[in-house]
Amino acid sequence: MSDVRIDRVDALGMITLRGAVEVLAPTVESVLGLDLPDQRLMVTAGGRAVLWMSPDEFLVICDHSDAPELAARAMAALDGQFATVAVVSDARAVFDLQGGDPQAVLSKLAPVDFAALADAEVRRTRLAQVPAAFWRHADGYRLVCFRSVAVYVQELLENAAA
Amino acid sequence: MSTRLTTGGRLIDRSAPRSFTFDGRQMRGYAGDTIASALLANGQLVMGRSFKYHRPRSVVASGPEEPNALLSVGEAGRFTPNARATDVPLIDGMTARSQNAWPSLAFDIGQINDVAARLLPAGFYYKTFMHPRPLWKHLFEPFIRKAAGLGPAPTEPDADRYEFRYAFCDVLVVGGGIAGLTAALGAAEQGARVILVERSSHWGGRAPVDGVTLDGQDASVWVKNAIQRLDTYDNVTLVQNCEGSGVYDHGYVLCTERLQAQGPRERVWRIRADRVITATGALERPLSFAGNDVPGVLLASALRDYVVNYGVSVGDRTVIVTNNDDAYRTAKVLVDAGLRVPAILDARPDPDSALIRYIKDLGVTVHTGRGIAKVLGRDRVRGVAVCLQAGEGAVMQEIACDCVAMSGGWSPVVHLWSHCGGKLWWDADRAMFRPDPERPPLGADGQGFVTAVGAASGALTPQEVLNDAAQAVGATAASCETVVEAPILPVWVMPQGANRQLRAKMWLDYQNDVKVSDVRLAAQEGFESVEHAKRYTTLGMATDQGKLSNINGLAVLSDRLDTAIPDVGTTTFRPPYTPVTIGALGGEARGSLFQPLRRTPIHDWHEARGAYMEPVGQWRRPYCYPQGHETHAEAVAREVRATRSSLGMLDASTLGKILVRGPDAGRFLDMLYTNKMSTLKPGRCRYGLMCDENGFLMDDGVVARIDDQTWLCHTTTGGADHIHGWMEDWLQCEWWDWQVHTVNLTEQFAQIAVVGPKARAVLETLGGMDVSADALPFMGWADGTLGGFQVRVFRISFSGELSYEIALTAGQGQALWDALWEAGQAHDVTPYGTEALHVLRAEKGFIMIGDETDGTVVPQDLGLDWAISKVKDDYLGKRGQERVAFHKPDRWKLVGLETLDGSVLEEGAYAIGEGTNANGQTRTEGRVTSTYYSPTLDRGIAMGLVARGPDRMGDVLRFTRIGQGPVEARIVSPVFYDPEGEKQNV
Repeated sequence: MSDVRIDRVDALGMITLRGAVEVLAPTVESVLGLDLPDQRLMVTAGGRAVLWMSPDEFLVICDHSDAPELAARAMAALDGQFATVAVVSDARAVFDLQGGDPQAVLSKLAPVDFAALADAEVRRTRLAQVPAAFWRHADGYRLVCFRSVAVYVQELLENAAA
Repeated sequence: MSTRLTTGGRLIDRSAPRSFTFDGRQMRGYAGDTIASALLANGQLVMGRSFKYHRPRSVVASGPEEPNALLSVGEAGRFTPNARATDVPLIDGMTARSQNAWPSLAFDIGQINDVAARLLPAGFYYKTFMHPRPLWKHLFEPFIRKAAGLGPAPTEPDADRYEFRYAFCDVLVVGGGIAGLTAALGAAEQGARVILVERSSHWGGRAPVDGVTLDGQDASVWVKNAIQRLDTYDNVTLVQNCEGSGVYDHGYVLCTERLQAQGPRERVWRIRADRVITATGALERPLSFAGNDVPGVLLASALRDYVVNYGVSVGDRTVIVTNNDDAYRTAKVLVDAGLRVPAILDARPDPDSALIRYIKDLGVTVHTGRGIAKVLGRDRVRGVAVCLQAGEGAVMQEIACDCVAMSGGWSPVVHLWSHCGGKLWWDADRAMFRPDPERPPLGADGQGFVTAVGAASGALTPQEVLNDAAQAVGATAASCETVVEAPILPVWVMPQGANRQLRAKMWLDYQNDVKVSDVRLAAQEGFESVEHAKRYTTLGMATDQGKLSNINGLAVLSDRLDTAIPDVGTTTFRPPYTPVTIGALGGEARGSLFQPLRRTPIHDWHEARGAYMEPVGQWRRPYCYPQGHETHAEAVAREVRATRSSLGMLDASTLGKILVRGPDAGRFLDMLYTNKMSTLKPGRCRYGLMCDENGFLMDDGVVARIDDQTWLCHTTTGGADHIHGWMEDWLQCEWWDWQVHTVNLTEQFAQIAVVGPKARAVLETLGGMDVSADALPFMGWADGTLGGFQVRVFRISFSGELSYEIALTAGQGQALWDALWEAGQAHDVTPYGTEALHVLRAEKGFIMIGDETDGTVVPQDLGLDWAISKVKDDYLGKRGQERVAFHKPDRWKLVGLETLDGSVLEEGAYAIGEGTNANGQTRTEGRVTSTYYSPTLDRGIAMGLVARGPDRMGDVLRFTRIGQGPVEARIVSPVFYDPEGEKQNV
């Protein structure tokens, strides 16, 4: 039996940013006080984070209640430039895996080489049959999937941890 | 009698007895036994009946190559057929049953096939049961399947669970013998991440049995030390009971681990390795002499295993027959165990080596240049008739014995090397196919990524094995004594001049009952390619995949064809090495985890309401909400009537919602949709069609313009991910310089359709925004609040009624649904499901992607010309739609259909045309695409595609019915209800 605790995390806000790095960087700096992360990495400060998603896409993590206002400010700051801001907090489900050996649990479901993972790396991958992403959080991992498959993912994780 | 010896058995624990049953009989073994060794210890020599001739069979091997001893193991949810007795560890309380024997293993009525074997040559079934064809399916095949067979399929759900394990390493070593251990140690010392898998539950492979000495130590001591050293490395993972099943491109390797503890039963390791080292050893080959399948005849190495590993003897008097030195080791083991070896029959004319002299010195008689003419005995060995190997089988003497140990030489286990394209070369001196290091399987970088080492590469002596393995990883080999063996003499038929009668009793493939005579017949009948001969004779096609028979079989074939063995070549080695259970390959995907189900934010409410759910893509959507004893049809009718007369609510959250934004977004959407989206005004919605490059209709939905640069595209439920991918494909690959972003917001929003004459009233009850006809006209949208919720309201209708679709963040979806439900009580609000949605849209003549379209339908077929822009220079599908075939006058086009008797047409029914086509089939001139009972009109309504349909209004067609005569239906307009569209526009 594994000692990994699997907890659903509510109230996490997320904002998708799309645009060129040079377009987004000043806005992320002014609105969030964060630098844009390098490829595959994340930058964290003050309970917020920016995650690299693709060469022209980033994901902001914040409090759920802050997301609309932060998004509005970002949108205003990007006015007139080729950039897109969208709140996606409700499109996602979030789980924390803490205690025990969460790598052993994830290794059953995701084709990820944990030894090759940087500390601040965000791993976009698949979890069994659905897309997911995770990164190191506290002593374990924080995992994001789509909202509609939250029940499936919770069962997957619990089954793998059993 | 096979029996347990009083001493010996390095793998068994005599202090830990285990009981089990075989065919219902209680038996006892020890911890560490396999079922095979335990059965032998209990005197149970016969373990099964052969596939075709039902001959009694016992073990011929001691490992994964075993063709005969296939048992059904376990019960109920843990029942496993076709388990190799040599590979299944004995567990206390285990039940095992023999297979393919009726009424019993001892007396099998199918033995008649053996007597009639002359009548059942290769290809017998192909030749005999070809005609008449219907009899094959209904008479011959069921009968033959019953008579020939393996274990029965399990009938109960699997009681166990399974899992995957993804792993990565620099070096994967398959095989934990002295070669594998040497390679793993060498790689580990260099700091490589190493995974070492071993298929059995003990390390060291054959070395401890064969009495090898390494670094001055007994092999078992050396192995123990090696494991201790490997255990000290953090960069090494050791896995026992784990077989290398298959090697695939890019260093991907599947290994299957058998688990013993609580939890999953099997674990499939899915490993990415930079380099794979196969140290999989070699398999001993049988010799082809008459009666080589009689119980008591087994491989010399296997007999050695049973004595040394399990303290089990197969008989008291063992005649050894060989063409190489290795079998002499069996003589030593037997003599050491106090058993008799009346004779060694060595096919070689004049072999000489230190080992042979040693055995002779033990007092064992060695007859050189001799072979076995035939084995005496039927259910078990009674003796052997000796002949000259060079002759035709004239019997020189008979030797009484109850066991025959045979060795025809060794074949390296090249399977994993070959799976991904590694090539072999024929070493004539050693009489074996060996991995050719010059032609390994190639990785993505063009370099070989698999190395075969040790016996798997063709090494024969311990020193050769160790040097080979050490060299592969640039390490130093352990030292060991130099062994010089006399050369092997290839022997493919014994005696070489055996006549037809003898050849017909020489088994090549034990499991499929293929004999030397069958392969020769195949060659004679022209099946000269090894692949053809294999399929014609079924040589190597059984569950053991010819581990013992392939080389012997192709040697016989090459002899018959007078070609060299390497010119005949081998058949293809395909994964897995041994069978892998379907359960293991399925991993965690069973029960509720079989497939992900997508749930909307309102899913639980539907279930609590007793909705009957149907799959729509991976979503589950309510089909209808039956009340009390209502049938589904009654529920659907009620939901339709309630919506038309008052108020219905639909969970539309599954609709795709894709944000498209950027300076070029309008231009982009004009290319994607057949109509013009760039001219849409902010605040307005427009229905649009999307086609693929061939012009076929692919998706549809309502597009809303949000602001100058932003559009929100609704797609079908099933099309959301595909259309998002389609958009990105065009943006990333073709129009990469267009400034457009897409974001798939499908799951960000719940969407609730409020439909019916009272829709506006219920929204006004919630209050917060102006939803009047003036403020929010048909095909308009507005942001605002309703009952305190931040919402975006689209005034669109897929039902023909006054209708609002309300979107809000998914987390609030259930709360708004509850609020609308509450407010709707005054108007008898009714939730409706997908079937009512279909009826409502069909009554209005709205098409449905997947009903009216099937990938061969262009929008023009559906009378949707109004949604195709005439002014645009281009859109995806425009060119395709200009093809001549789409403009033929007899093209099948969309019409409404009304049966004359009011009945409902059958789904997919065809309109019967005049005459017959070139194949003599009745011509058709149309088909039904959607058909429903309309509660509104109280009659069947349908849409269909009919040749020149719109030009034939009022014509009556005949439509097929299954099991009944045709039914007549009249061609009418597809819009059955409110053709002027007054209801939705109030």
